[in-house]
This record gives sequence, structure tokens and C-alpha cells, in this order.
Amino acid sequence: MTELPTTTDRKMGLVIDLDTCVGCHACVISCKGWNTENYGAPLSDQDAYGGDPSGTFLNRVHSFEVQPDEGHAQLIHFPKSCLHCEDAPCVTVCPTGASYKRVEDGIVLVNEDNCIGCGLCAWSCPYGARELDLAEGVMKKCTLCVDRIYNENLPEVDRVPSCVRTCPAGARHFGDLGDPNSDVSKLVAERGGMDLMPEMGTKPVNKYLPPRPKDQIEDQIDVLAPLLAPVTEEAGGFMGWLDKALDKLPGGAS
Amino acid sequence: MHPAPSVILFTTLSGLGFGLLAYLGLGFPPVTGWVAFVFYAIAYGLAVGGLLASTFHLGHPERAWRAFTQWKTSWLSREGVCAVAALLVMGLYAIGAVFLETHWTLLGLIGAALSIATVFTTSMIYTQLKTIPRWNMSVTPVMFLSFSLSGGALLAGQESLAPWLLLAAGVVQLAYWHKGDQAFASSGTTMGTATGLGDRGAVRAFEPPHTGSNYLLREFVYVVGRKHIQKLRGIALILGFILPILCLWLPTESSMAKHLMAAVAVLAHIAGIMASRWLFFAQAEHVVGLYYGKR
Ligand code: SF4
Ligand code: SF4
Ligand code: SF4
Repeated sequence: MTELPTTTDRKMGLVIDLDTCVGCHACVISCKGWNTENYGAPLSDQDAYGGDPSGTFLNRVHSFEVQPDEGHAQLIHFPKSCLHCEDAPCVTVCPTGASYKRVEDGIVLVNEDNCIGCGLCAWSCPYGARELDLAEGVMKKCTLCVDRIYNENLPEVDRVPSCVRTCPAGARHFGDLGDPNSDVSKLVAERGGMDLMPEMGTKPVNKYLPPRPKDQIEDQIDVLAPLLAPVTEEAGGFMGWLDKALDKLPGGAS
Repeated sequence: MHPAPSVILFTTLSGLGFGLLAYLGLGFPPVTGWVAFVFYAIAYGLAVGGLLASTFHLGHPERAWRAFTQWKTSWLSREGVCAVAALLVMGLYAIGAVFLETHWTLLGLIGAALSIATVFTTSMIYTQLKTIPRWNMSVTPVMFLSFSLSGGALLAGQESLAPWLLLAAGVVQLAYWHKGDQAFASSGTTMGTATGLGDRGAVRAFEPPHTGSNYLLREFVYVVGRKHIQKLRGIALILGFILPILCLWLPTESSMAKHLMAAVAVLAHIAGIMASRWLFFAQAEHVVGLYYGKR
């Protein structure tokens, strides 16, 4: 049903730390690996080994450069998957009821058996979190690894999304963002977690932790600076006399 | 947005078809018998042909019936419901006109209202999308409705009404372009808000997530042909509105010349609306492009 629930019991989602993400793309690969074999249709590739490869991914890592008014530019790696929005436009636009938001945990899913592949939900998502699979003709999106997080066949340590489990930098956190006392909610409060494109009114559940301010490179250089600084700006003594004498010769610097 | 030929064809033809049906339902012209048959055949050909064309871009056309179920929230679903209802009601009305030489006025009124509602729901599919500022404007439904009503009047042979409606539609078209050109900037969405990093400095896309293309770029980031925009706008205006108005206003002697002029007006109008629709898609920029440093 494409009517959004007014509230959900829990708001399960991800918190992504832009400070610690190293841009290794391990989450991209583990997401594709898990999800191509589990929930729904596989994530197909087209021309995978040819000249123009492309494929369906539920999670992609961008890299941005931020140039402040003063100081050095900073490189920020930026993983992006479905944000499981509370006011998800992708759900309400769906004509078939294939897209829905679960009341129990707020996860936004696609029932692929009902999806006609019209693509309108992908049009309505500001974040590019939905991709139509070219081989299957149905809409694919992040499932928050719904087939892992409650899966009692997996060891408890693995009952988190594949991307979270894989991240070597610990940049992805999973939990209930509706519970103010959960670890993820505390992390968001502590680090000033933010929404992407808040002006779109989607109320994303996933939050992004902004990069921490960097140490000043100038301060560090200062330790050696006294030893490296030029002793005098104007050459004196013999070198000074030579400099002036050479300038006086025809063709010398004026 | 990628200007898919099937969708351009659908919105152009079905808009005209439902426009014509609306006039027929209101009794303009009050045709019966064979003449009515020809009118209804054209109207249904356009409306149904357009609907069929739109199913070509579906991943699973065989499940299309499911699209009638979510009318409570989805404009696409509402469009489907309205279109089928309009075609059924007007079908009954047509049976009366063609075979029984009668006009069931109330049925015609309902059919006309449903036909116009269909065009409105089509326009709302695009207008509702906040992600595409150029569509997310109140003038978008006005444009779809004015095109459908003026094209419908042209097809229904309403010689005195059609030029004025075409003139109005041309003005709406200009207003749409004018407002649309400012829409993205005034939406307030930038790479800064998209990444949440805007308050730290100037954000630049440094590296895309993948070396190849993907669904998002193919579907939403269409930049081909943008340099021809002014030319295409001129073509759309001249063919869509100016030429048909001239054809209708030009004094003609024989009825033969008159019919020829009407045919030229209709064909020019269709070509012009298609050019305008191509621009409607090709120029529409989706905010997701910002993540790729594009628009
Ligand atoms: S991120 Fe996009 S796909 Fe996910 S819930 Fe929000 S609008 Fe829907
Ligand atoms: S592509 Fe599928 S899930 Fe998306 S709006 Fe269309 S029917 Fe619904
Ligand atoms: S939660 Fe699962 S489906 Fe979503 S991005 Fe992570 S690995 Fe992919």
C-alpha cells in the first residue's frame, strides 16, 4: 500500500560518518554481493567486461572536494544509499502499491512481484537511491538488509546490514533512530548529524555525521620553521657586493 | 530527464485525443452517424494510441492493471483510472451519437469532465515531483490543460474558438519557459544542501562513484541538444501556435482550401507540441545530478 504510515514503531536506519569514511568502496561491493544473491531479483550488470560497463547498485560512494574560503581543500568520501525517509515520496507516487514503508521498523521496500517498472519512484527520489534493473525490469533499492538483520540463521554479530558489517573504517552505524537512547541516536546528537537536502521535505531517517575540523597544517610546520627560515632577506658582505657588481654589468638585472 | 520517445508521443497524442473527446462530450460539434464515427475514431485513436505508447517504457507491461489500485495517493494511478473511466463513458456516449442519432447530454458532460480530468492527472504526475524544479510549478498543469483544450478545439473544427485558445496556450507556453528557466535556482537545492557540506566551503564533485554510466545518469542527467534550445523553442512556437492561428484566420474562398488549411493547422500543431514536449523532458534537470556535479 502506498499510503505512508503516520508513525512507525521503530526507525531503523544508518548513520554514516563522513569523517572516517576512507572511500574504499568495500560497502559497495559487499552490498552488491549480499543483495544480488538474496532479497528479490539479482542486481544485474550490462557489458560488465566490455567497453561500456554499467550495473545496478544499491549503494554508491561519491567523493567531493570542499574548498573553504581560507585554508586547504578537504576531500570527503560520501557513501549514499536509500535514507528510508519518513515522508518518502517514492512510496506515495507508486501506482501499483509495490513500494511501501513498513510500520514495524520504517524500512522502505519494493514488492518486486507487483512492480511494473514505471520508474516514477526513482524520479521522485532526490537522492538517486533507486535504480531500475535493466535485466529484470523492476525497481531495486537498499533493503536495509532486511534479510540479515532479523535472520536467526546468522551468527548474532552478522545481524547487521552487509555494508555496516564490512566497513573497515567503522564509518557506517546501524540502529533505531526513533529511540533517543540508542547508540546511533546518541552519536547523531553528539556529532551534529545532518539530513541531506532537508528542503525536499523527505525527512530522511539516515543521518550523516559531518567531517570533524582538521588540524591546522600551518601549526605543525611551525615546529621546524625557525630552522628553515631564511637568515636574512637582503644579501650582505661579499655576496651582496657580488650581486651589485653583477647587476652593473651590461645586460645585468636592473 | 531522458526524453523517451514513447512518453513524448503519449503525452502529446493522448492530450489531443482527450481534448477532442471533451469537446465531443459537450456537443461541439453535435455530430451523429458517420461523421460522428470519424470524429470518435480519431479521438480514440489518439487517446488509446497514446496510452498504449506509454506502456512501452514499462519494465513489466503485463502487470499494468495493478496501476489502477493506488488512486488514493498516486497521480499515475489516478491518471489510469480517469483515462479508463473517460474512455468508457465517452464510448457509451459515442454509441448513442453514432448508432442511435441521439445525444445523452448528462453522459456527455460526465465524459467531458473525465477527459479533462485525465489531462490534469497526467500533468500532476510531473508537477508533483519536487526533485525536478522545472516541472514542480503551478503553471505546468495550466500548460497541459491549455494545450489539450486548444488542440482539441482545433481537431473539433471550432474555427472561431480555436485561434483564441491557441493564442492563450502560446502565452502559457512562454510563461512556462520563462518561469522554468529560474526554477532550479529558486528551488534552493545546491550541491551544498545535497551533501550537507555547503556551509564549509565550495563543494565540487571530485570523483564519481563509478567509471561507467548508470541508470541514474542515463535517466536523469540528459544534456544532449541543450545548445539548440532557443531554436527548438522558436520551432515549437511557430508550428504549435502561430502557423495554426494563421491558417484559421486566413480568408479562404473554396471549402477545399479551407479543409486543406485546417489539415495543415492540425499537423503543424502536433509537430509543434511534440517539439515543446521534447524540450519539457530534455530541459528538465533532476536534483540527483548535483551528486555527480551535473545538472
Ligand atoms: S532515499 Fe529515496 S528511495 Fe529511499 S525512502 Fe527516501 S525517497 Fe525513497
Ligand atoms: S517502478 Fe515499481 S515500485 Fe517504482 S513506482 Fe513504478 S511500480 Fe512502483
Ligand atoms: S543496508 Fe544492505 S542493501 Fe542497504 S546499502 Fe547497506 S548493504 Fe546495501
